[in-house]
Amino acid sequence: MAGLQTVTSALLTLGLVAVAVVLSFYEKLDLEKDIGVAVVRSFVQLAAIGYVIDFIFGLKNIGVVVLLLAGMVLFAAWTSARRAKDVPRAFLFAAVAVGVAAVATLGLLLTLRIVPATARYLIPLGGMVIGNSMNAASLTMTRIRDDVAEQRPKVEAALALGATSRQAVAPILRTALQRALLPLIDATKTTGIIFLPGAMVGMIIAGADPLEAVRLQIVVLYMLLGSVSIAAILVGTLSYRSFFTPRHQLRTTPFEH
Amino acid sequence: MGRPKLEVRGLRYVAGGTEILTGVDALVPGGEVTAVVGPSGAGKSTLLRAINRLIEPCSGEVYLDGEPTSNLDPLELRRRVGMVFQIPALFGDSVEEAILYGARLSGKDADAERLLQTVGLDASLGERNPQALSVGQQQRVSIARALALEPEALLLDEPTSALDEAARSRIEDLVRDLNARLRLTMVFVSHDLSQVERVADRVVVLAGGRIVGAWDREDFFSHAGERARQFIAGRL
Repeated sequence: MAGLQTVTSALLTLGLVAVAVVLSFYEKLDLEKDIGVAVVRSFVQLAAIGYVIDFIFGLKNIGVVVLLLAGMVLFAAWTSARRAKDVPRAFLFAAVAVGVAAVATLGLLLTLRIVPATARYLIPLGGMVIGNSMNAASLTMTRIRDDVAEQRPKVEAALALGATSRQAVAPILRTALQRALLPLIDATKTTGIIFLPGAMVGMIIAGADPLEAVRLQIVVLYMLLGSVSIAAILVGTLSYRSFFTPRHQLRTTPFEH
Repeated sequence: MGRPKLEVRGLRYVAGGTEILTGVDALVPGGEVTAVVGPSGAGKSTLLRAINRLIEPCSGEVYLDGEPTSNLDPLELRRRVGMVFQIPALFGDSVEEAILYGARLSGKDADAERLLQTVGLDASLGERNPQALSVGQQQRVSIARALALEPEALLLDEPTSALDEAARSRIEDLVRDLNARLRLTMVFVSHDLSQVERVADRVVVLAGGRIVGAWDREDFFSHAGERARQFIAGRL
Protein backbone atom coordinates (compact mmCIF):
# COMPACT_ATOMS: atom_id res chain seq x y z
CA MET A 1 0.00 0.00 0.00
CA ALA A 2 2.95 2.25 -0.65
CA GLY A 3 0.94 4.19 -3.24
CA LEU A 4 -1.80 5.02 -0.79
CA GLN A 5 0.81 6.04 1.75
CA THR A 6 2.30 8.45 -0.79
CA VAL A 7 -1.08 10.01 -1.52
CA THR A 8 -1.80 10.35 2.20
CA SER A 9 1.57 11.96 2.87
CA ALA A 10 1.02 14.31 -0.07
CA LEU A 11 -2.31 15.35 1.44
CA LEU A 12 -0.68 15.79 4.86
CA THR A 13 1.93 18.17 3.38
CA LEU A 14 -1.03 20.31 2.33
CA GLY A 15 -1.16 21.21 6.03
CA LEU A 16 2.01 23.22 5.47
CA VAL A 17 0.32 25.03 2.60
CA ALA A 18 -2.60 25.80 4.91
CA VAL A 19 -0.16 27.48 7.30
CA ALA A 20 1.10 29.60 4.40
CA VAL A 21 -2.47 30.55 3.44
CA VAL A 22 -3.32 31.53 7.02
CA LEU A 23 -0.14 33.62 7.31
CA SER A 24 -0.89 35.30 4.00
CA PHE A 25 -4.45 36.09 5.17
CA TYR A 26 -3.34 37.64 8.47
CA GLU A 27 -0.42 39.54 6.97
CA LYS A 28 -2.65 40.73 4.07
CA LEU A 29 -0.12 39.43 1.56
CA ASP A 30 -2.96 38.76 -0.87
CA LEU A 31 -1.32 35.50 -1.97
CA GLU A 32 -4.09 33.04 -0.96
CA LYS A 33 -5.56 32.82 -4.41
CA ASP A 34 -2.17 32.31 -6.12
CA ILE A 35 -1.20 29.65 -3.61
CA GLY A 36 -4.51 27.86 -4.19
CA VAL A 37 -4.08 27.95 -7.96
CA ALA A 38 -0.49 26.71 -7.63
CA VAL A 39 -1.55 23.80 -5.42
CA VAL A 40 -4.32 22.68 -7.76
CA ARG A 41 -2.32 23.17 -10.94
CA SER A 42 0.80 21.37 -9.73
CA PHE A 43 -1.35 18.43 -8.57
CA VAL A 44 -3.19 18.15 -11.88
CA GLN A 45 -0.09 18.64 -14.03
CA LEU A 46 2.10 16.21 -12.14
CA ALA A 47 -0.67 13.61 -11.98
CA ALA A 48 -1.19 13.96 -15.74
CA ILE A 49 2.50 13.67 -16.57
CA GLY A 50 2.72 10.72 -14.18
CA TYR A 51 0.10 8.88 -16.21
CA VAL A 52 1.80 9.86 -19.47
CA ILE A 53 5.17 8.59 -18.24
CA ASP A 54 3.56 5.47 -16.83
CA PHE A 55 1.95 4.85 -20.22
CA ILE A 56 5.18 5.45 -22.15
CA PHE A 57 7.28 3.30 -19.86
CA GLY A 58 4.73 0.57 -20.27
CA LEU A 59 5.29 0.59 -24.04
CA LYS A 60 6.64 -2.73 -25.17
CA ASN A 61 7.01 -1.68 -28.80
CA ILE A 62 10.45 -0.15 -29.39
CA GLY A 63 9.17 1.29 -32.70
CA VAL A 64 6.83 3.60 -30.78
CA VAL A 65 9.76 4.71 -28.60
CA VAL A 66 11.82 5.52 -31.72
CA LEU A 67 8.85 7.44 -33.15
CA LEU A 68 8.54 9.45 -29.95
CA LEU A 69 12.27 10.25 -30.00
CA ALA A 70 12.00 11.30 -33.66
CA GLY A 71 9.10 13.58 -32.74
CA MET A 72 11.22 15.10 -29.98
CA VAL A 73 14.07 15.72 -32.46
CA LEU A 74 11.71 17.50 -34.88
CA PHE A 75 10.20 19.60 -32.11
CA ALA A 76 13.72 20.51 -30.91
CA ALA A 77 14.76 21.46 -34.46
CA TRP A 78 11.65 23.63 -34.82
CA THR A 79 12.38 25.38 -31.52
CA SER A 80 16.02 25.91 -32.47
CA ALA A 81 15.11 27.24 -35.93
CA ARG A 82 12.71 29.72 -34.37
CA ARG A 83 15.48 31.04 -32.15
CA ALA A 84 17.94 31.16 -35.05
CA LYS A 85 15.57 33.02 -37.34
CA ASP A 86 17.21 34.62 -40.38
CA VAL A 87 19.56 31.66 -40.61
CA PRO A 88 18.56 30.09 -43.95
CA ARG A 89 17.56 26.41 -43.61
CA ALA A 90 18.05 26.53 -39.82
CA PHE A 91 15.38 23.86 -39.29
CA LEU A 92 17.14 21.39 -41.56
CA PHE A 93 20.55 22.00 -39.97
CA ALA A 94 19.19 21.72 -36.42
CA ALA A 95 17.28 18.55 -37.27
CA VAL A 96 20.38 16.93 -38.78
CA ALA A 97 22.64 18.03 -35.90
CA VAL A 98 20.28 17.05 -33.07
CA GLY A 99 19.25 13.86 -34.87
CA VAL A 100 22.82 12.70 -35.48
CA ALA A 101 23.78 13.56 -31.88
CA ALA A 102 20.84 11.55 -30.53
CA VAL A 103 21.39 8.55 -32.80
CA ALA A 104 25.15 8.51 -32.14
CA THR A 105 24.99 8.71 -28.36
CA LEU A 106 21.88 6.58 -27.74
CA GLY A 107 23.12 4.13 -30.36
CA LEU A 108 26.45 3.81 -28.58
CA LEU A 109 24.79 3.30 -25.20
CA LEU A 110 22.61 0.54 -26.69
CA THR A 111 25.38 -1.11 -28.69
CA LEU A 112 27.67 -1.27 -25.67
CA ARG A 113 24.70 -2.53 -23.63
CA ILE A 114 25.18 0.25 -21.09
CA VAL A 115 21.40 0.73 -21.00
CA PRO A 116 18.65 -1.67 -22.03
CA ALA A 117 16.47 -0.86 -25.05
CA THR A 118 13.41 0.11 -23.04
CA ALA A 119 11.32 3.24 -22.88
CA ARG A 120 12.23 3.69 -19.21
CA TYR A 121 15.84 4.42 -20.24
CA LEU A 122 15.60 5.71 -23.78
CA ILE A 123 12.95 8.39 -23.26
CA PRO A 124 14.55 10.27 -20.34
CA LEU A 125 18.11 9.88 -21.69
CA GLY A 126 16.93 10.85 -25.18
CA GLY A 127 15.16 13.88 -23.71
CA MET A 128 18.40 15.00 -22.07
CA VAL A 129 20.46 14.45 -25.22
CA ILE A 130 17.93 16.16 -27.49
CA GLY A 131 17.27 19.08 -25.14
CA ASN A 132 20.92 19.87 -24.56
CA SER A 133 21.85 19.40 -28.21
CA MET A 134 19.00 21.72 -29.16
CA ASN A 135 20.34 24.46 -26.87
CA ALA A 136 23.85 24.06 -28.27
CA ALA A 137 22.52 24.20 -31.85
CA SER A 138 20.53 27.38 -31.13
CA LEU A 139 23.49 29.06 -29.42
CA THR A 140 25.87 28.16 -32.23
CA MET A 141 23.59 29.34 -35.04
CA THR A 142 22.55 32.62 -33.41
CA ARG A 143 26.16 33.41 -32.55
CA ILE A 144 27.36 32.75 -36.11
CA ARG A 145 24.48 34.82 -37.50
CA ASP A 146 25.22 37.80 -35.22
CA ASP A 147 28.98 37.67 -35.67
CA VAL A 148 28.82 37.40 -39.46
CA ALA A 149 26.63 40.53 -39.50
CA GLU A 150 28.77 42.38 -36.97
CA GLN A 151 32.17 41.37 -38.34
CA ARG A 152 31.26 41.78 -41.98
CA PRO A 153 34.27 44.04 -42.74
CA LYS A 154 36.66 41.39 -41.37
CA VAL A 155 35.02 38.59 -43.30
CA GLU A 156 35.09 40.63 -46.51
CA ALA A 157 38.73 41.59 -45.95
CA ALA A 158 39.69 37.92 -45.56
CA LEU A 159 37.78 36.96 -48.72
CA ALA A 160 39.43 39.80 -50.63
CA LEU A 161 42.83 38.32 -49.66
CA GLY A 162 41.95 35.01 -51.29
CA ALA A 163 40.54 33.23 -48.23
CA THR A 164 37.83 30.62 -48.76
CA SER A 165 34.47 31.09 -46.99
CA ARG A 166 35.59 28.53 -44.42
CA GLN A 167 38.90 30.31 -43.78
CA ALA A 168 37.18 33.71 -43.60
CA VAL A 169 34.58 32.49 -41.10
CA ALA A 170 36.99 30.36 -39.03
CA PRO A 171 37.44 32.82 -36.13
CA ILE A 172 33.67 33.30 -35.89
CA LEU A 173 33.05 29.56 -35.96
CA ARG A 174 35.64 29.00 -33.24
CA THR A 175 34.07 31.60 -30.93
CA ALA A 176 30.56 30.28 -31.55
CA LEU A 177 31.54 26.69 -30.73
CA GLN A 178 33.45 27.75 -27.63
CA ARG A 179 30.46 29.75 -26.41
CA ALA A 180 28.14 26.82 -27.00
CA LEU A 181 30.34 24.13 -25.43
CA LEU A 182 32.20 25.82 -22.57
CA PRO A 183 29.27 25.97 -20.11
CA LEU A 184 28.76 22.20 -20.31
CA ILE A 185 32.50 21.49 -20.25
CA ASP A 186 32.88 23.66 -17.14
CA ALA A 187 29.84 22.08 -15.47
CA THR A 188 31.30 18.64 -16.21
CA LYS A 189 34.68 19.65 -14.79
CA THR A 190 33.23 20.90 -11.52
CA THR A 191 30.54 18.28 -11.06
CA GLY A 192 30.71 16.57 -7.68
CA ILE A 193 32.61 19.51 -6.20
CA ILE A 194 30.41 22.52 -6.81
CA PHE A 195 27.11 20.82 -7.42
CA LEU A 196 25.61 17.36 -7.27
CA PRO A 197 23.50 16.58 -10.33
CA GLY A 198 19.78 16.50 -9.57
CA ALA A 199 19.20 13.06 -11.00
CA MET A 200 21.93 11.59 -8.83
CA VAL A 201 20.58 13.30 -5.71
CA GLY A 202 17.12 11.99 -6.57
CA MET A 203 18.40 8.44 -6.96
CA ILE A 204 20.27 8.55 -3.65
CA ILE A 205 17.23 9.93 -1.81
CA ALA A 206 15.06 7.28 -3.44
CA GLY A 207 17.33 4.70 -1.83
CA ALA A 208 19.67 3.73 -4.66
CA ASP A 209 23.24 2.69 -3.93
CA PRO A 210 25.30 5.92 -4.15
CA LEU A 211 27.95 4.16 -6.28
CA GLU A 212 25.23 2.96 -8.65
CA ALA A 213 23.90 6.52 -8.81
CA VAL A 214 27.41 7.78 -9.60
CA ARG A 215 27.84 5.19 -12.33
CA LEU A 216 24.64 6.32 -14.06
CA GLN A 217 25.58 9.96 -13.59
CA ILE A 218 28.95 9.43 -15.28
CA VAL A 219 27.22 7.77 -18.21
CA VAL A 220 24.84 10.73 -18.45
CA LEU A 221 27.63 13.32 -18.30
CA TYR A 222 29.75 11.68 -20.97
CA MET A 223 26.70 11.14 -23.12
CA LEU A 224 25.77 14.82 -22.85
CA LEU A 225 29.29 16.02 -23.50
CA GLY A 226 29.50 13.84 -26.59
CA SER A 227 26.10 14.66 -28.01
CA VAL A 228 26.30 18.40 -27.39
CA SER A 229 29.73 18.58 -29.04
CA ILE A 230 28.51 16.61 -32.04
CA ALA A 231 25.41 18.81 -32.40
CA ALA A 232 27.27 22.12 -32.06
CA ILE A 233 30.10 21.20 -34.45
CA LEU A 234 27.68 19.76 -37.01
CA VAL A 235 25.31 22.72 -36.93
CA GLY A 236 28.27 25.11 -37.10
CA THR A 237 29.88 23.51 -40.13
CA LEU A 238 26.50 23.22 -41.86
CA SER A 239 25.06 26.65 -41.14
CA TYR A 240 28.01 28.95 -41.88
CA ARG A 241 27.68 28.01 -45.56
CA SER A 242 24.27 29.67 -45.66
CA PHE A 243 25.92 33.04 -45.36
CA PHE A 244 28.13 32.51 -48.41
CA THR A 245 27.65 31.69 -52.06
CA PRO A 246 29.57 28.77 -53.58
CA ARG A 247 31.89 31.38 -55.16
CA HIS A 248 33.10 32.50 -51.71
CA GLN A 249 30.93 35.60 -51.61
CA LEU A 250 29.24 36.89 -48.49
CA ARG A 251 25.54 37.08 -49.27
CA THR A 252 24.41 40.68 -49.78
CA THR A 253 22.43 40.74 -46.64
CA PRO A 254 23.38 37.87 -44.38
CA PHE A 255 19.72 36.95 -44.26
CA GLU A 256 18.96 36.90 -47.96
CA HIS A 257 18.05 33.48 -49.30
CA MET B 1 45.61 55.88 -72.30
CA GLY B 2 47.23 52.45 -71.82
CA ARG B 3 45.80 49.06 -72.70
CA PRO B 4 42.79 48.34 -70.42
CA LYS B 5 43.80 46.21 -67.46
CA LEU B 6 40.19 45.96 -66.39
CA GLU B 7 37.08 46.42 -68.45
CA VAL B 8 33.55 46.55 -67.12
CA ARG B 9 30.71 45.90 -69.56
CA GLY B 10 26.97 46.21 -68.93
CA LEU B 11 27.28 45.52 -65.22
CA ARG B 12 23.95 45.30 -63.39
CA TYR B 13 23.50 44.57 -59.72
CA VAL B 14 20.27 44.39 -57.73
CA ALA B 15 20.04 43.95 -53.96
CA GLY B 16 16.90 43.88 -51.87
CA GLY B 17 14.80 44.91 -54.86
CA THR B 18 16.91 48.03 -55.50
CA GLU B 19 18.95 48.36 -58.66
CA ILE B 20 22.36 49.55 -57.46
CA LEU B 21 24.25 49.28 -60.75
CA THR B 22 22.19 49.82 -63.88
CA GLY B 23 24.41 48.72 -66.75
CA VAL B 24 27.86 50.14 -66.04
CA ASP B 25 30.57 50.31 -68.72
CA ALA B 26 34.06 51.44 -67.73
CA LEU B 27 37.71 51.01 -68.66
CA VAL B 28 40.65 50.91 -66.28
CA PRO B 29 43.90 51.51 -68.15
CA GLY B 30 46.93 49.48 -67.08
CA GLY B 31 49.53 51.19 -64.90
CA GLU B 32 47.33 54.18 -64.09
CA VAL B 33 45.26 55.38 -61.15
CA THR B 34 41.59 55.54 -62.09
CA ALA B 35 39.38 57.39 -59.64
CA VAL B 36 35.73 56.45 -59.36
CA VAL B 37 33.97 59.46 -57.97
CA GLY B 38 30.34 60.17 -57.20
CA PRO B 39 27.91 61.01 -54.43
CA SER B 40 27.29 58.50 -51.65
CA GLY B 41 24.89 55.80 -52.73
CA ALA B 42 26.09 56.08 -56.33
CA GLY B 43 27.18 52.42 -56.33
CA LYS B 44 30.96 53.03 -56.15
CA SER B 45 31.70 50.39 -53.49
CA THR B 46 29.37 47.95 -55.21
CA LEU B 47 31.21 48.45 -58.49
CA LEU B 48 34.56 47.69 -56.80
CA ARG B 49 33.16 44.55 -55.17
CA ALA B 50 31.84 43.35 -58.51
CA ILE B 51 35.30 43.75 -60.04
CA ASN B 52 36.94 41.26 -57.66
CA ARG B 53 33.70 39.24 -57.35
CA LEU B 54 33.08 39.85 -53.68
CA ILE B 55 29.55 40.14 -55.04
CA GLU B 56 28.03 38.45 -58.05
CA PRO B 57 26.61 40.86 -60.64
CA CYS B 58 23.16 40.01 -62.01
CA SER B 59 24.39 40.54 -65.54
CA GLY B 60 27.32 42.02 -67.42
CA GLU B 61 30.96 41.08 -67.24
CA VAL B 62 34.29 42.27 -65.91
CA TYR B 63 37.37 41.49 -68.00
CA LEU B 64 40.88 41.19 -66.58
CA ASP B 65 43.45 41.51 -69.39
CA GLY B 66 40.61 40.73 -71.78
CA GLU B 67 39.60 37.53 -69.97
CA PRO B 68 36.08 37.30 -68.50
CA THR B 69 36.47 37.14 -64.70
CA SER B 70 33.39 34.92 -64.42
CA ASN B 71 35.59 32.16 -65.87
CA LEU B 72 38.25 32.67 -63.21
CA ASP B 73 38.40 30.96 -59.83
CA PRO B 74 37.21 33.79 -57.52
CA LEU B 75 40.05 33.14 -55.05
CA GLU B 76 42.62 33.39 -57.85
CA LEU B 77 40.95 36.57 -59.14
CA ARG B 78 41.12 38.19 -55.68
CA ARG B 79 44.81 37.37 -55.40
CA ARG B 80 45.42 39.03 -58.75
CA VAL B 81 43.19 42.02 -57.98
CA GLY B 82 43.76 43.16 -54.40
CA MET B 83 41.48 45.35 -52.32
CA VAL B 84 41.86 47.91 -49.55
CA PHE B 85 38.77 48.86 -47.54
CA GLN B 86 37.62 51.91 -45.59
CA ILE B 87 38.31 50.10 -42.32
CA PRO B 88 41.68 48.27 -42.13
CA ALA B 89 40.35 45.06 -40.35
CA LEU B 90 43.74 43.47 -39.64
CA PHE B 91 44.09 39.86 -38.47
CA GLY B 92 46.55 38.33 -36.04
CA ASP B 93 48.51 39.33 -32.96
CA SER B 94 51.38 41.04 -34.78
CA VAL B 95 51.73 43.41 -37.70
CA GLU B 96 53.88 40.81 -39.45
CA GLU B 97 51.13 38.19 -39.13
CA ALA B 98 48.59 40.73 -40.42
CA ILE B 99 50.72 41.47 -43.49
CA LEU B 100 51.35 37.81 -44.30
CA TYR B 101 47.71 36.64 -43.84
CA GLY B 102 46.78 36.36 -47.51
CA ALA B 103 50.26 35.32 -48.66
CA ARG B 104 50.31 32.42 -46.16
CA LEU B 105 46.87 31.24 -47.27
CA SER B 106 48.12 30.92 -50.85
CA GLY B 107 51.52 29.49 -49.83
CA LYS B 108 53.33 32.51 -51.19
CA ASP B 109 56.63 33.78 -49.78
CA ALA B 110 56.50 37.40 -48.73
CA ASP B 111 58.89 39.63 -46.83
CA ALA B 112 56.99 41.56 -44.17
CA GLU B 113 59.88 43.91 -43.39
CA ARG B 114 60.34 44.90 -47.02
CA LEU B 115 56.56 45.40 -47.38
CA LEU B 116 56.51 47.64 -44.31
CA GLN B 117 59.22 49.76 -45.92
CA THR B 118 57.30 49.79 -49.20
CA VAL B 119 54.33 51.44 -47.48
CA GLY B 120 56.59 53.84 -45.59
CA LEU B 121 56.51 52.20 -42.17
CA ASP B 122 59.45 51.26 -39.98
CA ALA B 123 60.44 47.60 -40.30
CA SER B 124 60.58 47.34 -36.51
CA LEU B 125 56.77 47.65 -36.33
CA GLY B 126 56.47 44.00 -37.40
CA GLU B 127 56.41 42.72 -33.83
CA ARG B 128 53.79 45.17 -32.62
CA ASN B 129 50.13 44.40 -32.05
CA PRO B 130 48.25 45.87 -35.03
CA GLN B 131 45.61 47.35 -32.71
CA ALA B 132 48.34 49.43 -31.03
CA LEU B 133 48.99 51.29 -34.30
CA SER B 134 47.22 54.49 -35.32
CA VAL B 135 44.39 54.04 -37.83
CA GLY B 136 46.54 55.66 -40.51
CA GLN B 137 49.37 53.18 -39.84
CA GLN B 138 46.85 50.32 -39.81
CA GLN B 139 45.59 51.42 -43.19
CA ARG B 140 49.14 51.35 -44.56
CA VAL B 141 49.57 47.85 -43.09
CA SER B 142 46.38 46.83 -44.91
CA ILE B 143 47.92 48.12 -48.16
CA ALA B 144 51.10 46.13 -47.40
CA ARG B 145 48.91 43.08 -46.77
CA ALA B 146 47.33 43.47 -50.21
CA LEU B 147 50.75 44.00 -51.83
CA ALA B 148 52.08 40.81 -50.23
CA LEU B 149 50.12 38.87 -52.85
CA GLU B 150 51.87 40.85 -55.63
CA PRO B 151 48.57 41.83 -57.25
CA GLU B 152 48.30 43.08 -60.82
CA ALA B 153 45.77 45.68 -59.77
CA LEU B 154 44.61 47.22 -56.52
CA LEU B 155 41.08 48.39 -55.66
CA LEU B 156 40.89 51.05 -52.95
CA ASP B 157 37.45 51.71 -51.42
CA GLU B 158 37.61 55.21 -49.87
CA PRO B 159 40.79 54.23 -48.01
CA THR B 160 41.16 57.63 -46.33
CA SER B 161 37.58 58.19 -45.13
CA ALA B 162 38.39 57.07 -41.57
CA LEU B 163 41.64 59.07 -41.36
CA ASP B 164 42.66 62.55 -40.25
CA GLU B 165 44.13 64.99 -42.72
CA ALA B 166 47.82 64.16 -42.15
CA ALA B 167 47.23 60.41 -42.44
CA ARG B 168 45.05 60.95 -45.50
CA SER B 169 47.75 62.92 -47.22
CA ARG B 170 50.34 60.17 -46.51
CA ILE B 171 48.05 57.53 -48.05
CA GLU B 172 47.57 59.72 -51.13
CA ASP B 173 51.35 60.10 -51.47
CA LEU B 174 51.74 56.34 -51.05
CA VAL B 175 49.23 55.67 -53.83
CA ARG B 176 51.12 57.97 -56.22
CA ASP B 177 54.42 56.44 -55.11
CA LEU B 178 53.25 52.83 -55.62
CA ASN B 179 51.90 53.73 -59.01
CA ALA B 180 55.18 55.38 -60.03
CA ARG B 181 57.48 52.67 -58.67
CA LEU B 182 55.49 49.49 -59.39
CA ARG B 183 53.37 50.74 -62.31
CA LEU B 184 50.51 49.23 -60.31
CA THR B 185 47.05 49.64 -61.81
CA MET B 186 44.74 51.15 -59.22
CA VAL B 187 41.06 51.95 -58.91
CA PHE B 188 40.52 54.56 -56.22
CA VAL B 189 36.99 55.22 -54.98
CA SER B 190 36.45 58.67 -53.51
CA HIS B 191 33.73 61.24 -53.00
CA ASP B 192 36.24 64.05 -52.63
CA LEU B 193 37.06 65.99 -55.80
CA SER B 194 40.22 67.59 -54.40
CA GLN B 195 41.52 64.13 -53.49
CA VAL B 196 40.72 62.90 -56.99
CA GLU B 197 42.76 65.77 -58.41
CA ARG B 198 45.71 64.75 -56.24
CA VAL B 199 45.73 60.98 -56.94
CA ALA B 200 44.03 60.17 -60.24
CA ASP B 201 45.20 59.86 -63.85
CA ARG B 202 41.69 59.03 -65.04
CA VAL B 203 38.32 60.01 -63.60
CA VAL B 204 35.13 58.00 -63.90
CA VAL B 205 32.00 59.64 -62.55
CA LEU B 206 29.27 57.37 -61.22
CA ALA B 207 25.84 58.53 -60.05
CA GLY B 208 22.64 56.62 -59.40
CA GLY B 209 24.24 53.36 -60.51
CA ARG B 210 25.23 54.61 -63.97
CA ILE B 211 28.34 56.15 -65.52
CA VAL B 212 28.02 59.87 -66.09
CA GLY B 213 31.29 60.07 -68.00
CA ALA B 214 35.04 59.36 -68.04
CA TRP B 215 37.88 61.84 -68.50
CA ASP B 216 41.64 62.18 -68.23
CA ARG B 217 42.44 64.17 -65.11
CA GLU B 218 43.52 67.29 -67.02
CA ASP B 219 40.30 67.30 -69.04
CA PHE B 220 38.13 66.64 -66.02
CA PHE B 221 39.63 69.52 -64.06
CA SER B 222 39.51 71.88 -67.02
CA HIS B 223 36.56 73.31 -68.88
CA ALA B 224 35.61 69.91 -70.36
CA GLY B 225 34.73 68.39 -66.99
CA GLU B 226 33.18 71.44 -65.45
CA ARG B 227 29.58 70.25 -65.72
CA ALA B 228 30.43 66.87 -64.24
CA ARG B 229 32.27 68.53 -61.37
CA GLN B 230 29.37 70.88 -60.70
CA PHE B 231 27.01 67.92 -60.84
CA ILE B 232 29.02 66.05 -58.18
CA ALA B 233 29.46 69.15 -56.04
CA GLY B 234 25.73 69.77 -56.19
CA ARG B 235 24.95 66.24 -55.11
CA LEU B 236 27.42 66.13 -52.21
